[in-house]
Amino acid sequence: MKFTKTVLATAFALMAMAAHADITVGVVQPLTGPASGLGIPVKNGIMIWPKTIAGETLKVVVLDDASDPTLGVKDAQRLVTEDKVDVIVGSSATPVAIPMADVTAEAGTPQLATSPAGLPPGKDKWFFRMPQSNDVMAFAVVKHMKAHGVKTVGFLGYTDAYGELWLKALTAEAEKNGLKIVATERFARADTSVTGQVLKLNAANPDAILIVASGSGAGMPQKAVMERGFKGKVYQTHAAATQDLMRTAGKDAEGTYVVSGPATVAEQLPDSHPSKAMAVAFVQNYEKAYGVGSRNQFAGHSADALTVLEKAIPVALKKAKPGTPEFRSALRDALENMGRTVLAHGVLNWTAQDHWGYTNETGVMLKVVDGKFKVEQ
Amino acid sequence: MDFSIASILTLDGLTNGAIYALLGMGIVLVFTVTRVIFIPQGEFVAYGALTLAIFQTGKTPGTVWLLLILAGVAALMELVTTWRHRGSAGPAVMAALRTFIAPAVICAIAAWAGPRNLPLTVQALLTVCIVTAFGPLVYRVAYQSLAGSSSLVLLIVSVGVHFAMTGLGLLFFGAEGFRNPPFWDVRFALGPINLSGQTLIIFGASAALIVLLWLFFERSLYGKALRATAVNRLGARLMGISTQAAGQLTFAMAGLIGALSGLLIGPTTTIFYDSGFLIGLKGFVAGVIAGLASYPGALIGALAVGVIEAFGSFWASAFKEVIVFTIILPVLLWRSLRSGHSDEDH
Repeated sequence: MKFTKTVLATAFALMAMAAHADITVGVVQPLTGPASGLGIPVKNGIMIWPKTIAGETLKVVVLDDASDPTLGVKDAQRLVTEDKVDVIVGSSATPVAIPMADVTAEAGTPQLATSPAGLPPGKDKWFFRMPQSNDVMAFAVVKHMKAHGVKTVGFLGYTDAYGELWLKALTAEAEKNGLKIVATERFARADTSVTGQVLKLNAANPDAILIVASGSGAGMPQKAVMERGFKGKVYQTHAAATQDLMRTAGKDAEGTYVVSGPATVAEQLPDSHPSKAMAVAFVQNYEKAYGVGSRNQFAGHSADALTVLEKAIPVALKKAKPGTPEFRSALRDALENMGRTVLAHGVLNWTAQDHWGYTNETGVMLKVVDGKFKVEQ
Repeated sequence: MDFSIASILTLDGLTNGAIYALLGMGIVLVFTVTRVIFIPQGEFVAYGALTLAIFQTGKTPGTVWLLLILAGVAALMELVTTWRHRGSAGPAVMAALRTFIAPAVICAIAAWAGPRNLPLTVQALLTVCIVTAFGPLVYRVAYQSLAGSSSLVLLIVSVGVHFAMTGLGLLFFGAEGFRNPPFWDVRFALGPINLSGQTLIIFGASAALIVLLWLFFERSLYGKALRATAVNRLGARLMGISTQAAGQLTFAMAGLIGALSGLLIGPTTTIFYDSGFLIGLKGFVAGVIAGLASYPGALIGALAVGVIEAFGSFWASAFKEVIVFTIILPVLLWRSLRSGHSDEDH
């Protein structure tokens, strides 16, 4: 009897130790639903992460949020209560990442969001964004517009948080640069037609239209704008910087300007670009696993999340064991204080005041030429 | 807002409305004959558009295998019920084969044609065959044994079928959307209106289908049998009309209407695996405006829904969906005030 007890106790102690030695990463991504075009590449990117970080075994738990905020919150709750994860990566859908932040903040778990989600001030203590902020991207868009003589802009965007945040960013940048937003039209992800909105935009006759949509959802508004004979410049955001844009819009995508992070156009970057080496490494790694041309904006975020963790985890390990609240807290501090970090998607510098971190020079303007993205000089 | 904008919006609204009209008619048809509120009508639209899209990429669409499995299940159910009824194996096997043969032939042709990149019209025809074949099988598997239940039970089954079909759609087509090539790639400029070939095809096909439906119900024996079933199930049965056959025929027509709507709408927008629900819901609004009883009512309702949607997206794009689904309220109010209490199901 005593012997059995001893064996059991030892076994439990061993199991507990084994569990503590692993670093657990929770991944919540939209693998299905309208945002799955963004979530699947992130998951693919995480699948080719190394098995260890700083000598500790890496355990990855992947959950699907189905592009649904309710499911995303449930997933996050499961990860923090049952799996006791050290960090959560997700979600790529902005409307899902925002409510998840409440769960991760309450549980004291760092969250690396793969979407440019805006949170009210003071709410993002545990929340770090991997993508460039819409502000940083809007800076690149407005800079390009100004350089090409655009004076008036029309806005055609999603009715959800992604569209809303872009409108805010664009309005701020446009005011600074003397651009005028002459029409603001909205549409839902499930809409089958945007003729009404496009007519209204056309009536306002702007020099350029900014379409805010993501993945293959960006094709329909793009086509509608071109079919109504819009003669000005058409811009798309970094959520549309995937091949799906060309697949669904066909030749109507030609000549469209798409803002993107540097990772997707690694080889085309000038040698002086700080991210070139990281970007080329990411592209080679990813395309070796998933085929030539499979790279995209969101796969880049997963590679960057790894770079960030590889820098922060050794620092946190000095303070506490993985799986404990102390470790999560140490990891958060390490992320906040890791300083200038070169990523495939630009140069990141998180501070206590700023969990966005990319500099304004990050956004790269691309142009669709013959069904491919070309860097605009 | 000037005349040219109004005319463009009207055309856009009528184009969408023509498709909602087809779906509305499908919903009215299914409801009158079987008392099923057929929520998955929209799923047939997505299945139609996406099956063609997968054919276009030179693969055999997953719906083919789903059809084969569904036909197998239906045949098995047919085998068991006939065996129980008749007590001998011969007629049971015959009945099972009758259910299985036609879908199996369609599957074989589709699997053969998939990688061969046949012309668009052939692929479209195959798509129509595949999706139409789903109709009677869905009825056989999900509804037939519950045919005598209350409308509420049938509605609950419909919700289940809807979720199952959406999930399977995700499995077979993936999460990304597709846009089909237009069947007729031309444009005519009529003053301010820019008429595309696909728009003309939508109007032509919708009008033709509506006329065909009218002829079917007025002139053919099967159509009259369906109408008889719709009016009085027991009476129709006493007259020797099989209500089961009527149900399967109705669902085949619903499948056909859905498939055609999918082919028509596919080139005008990006269709996702879950796009069908919202499209079907607008058809349902049209059906409700018609009191789920009148075909001309459904037609007018659908065109109204389309036009209101188009103008709503022009004036208040953020509230478009709210506007469309709110128009159902005054209609329901008017109907309930006018009809008093005549619901037989309660």
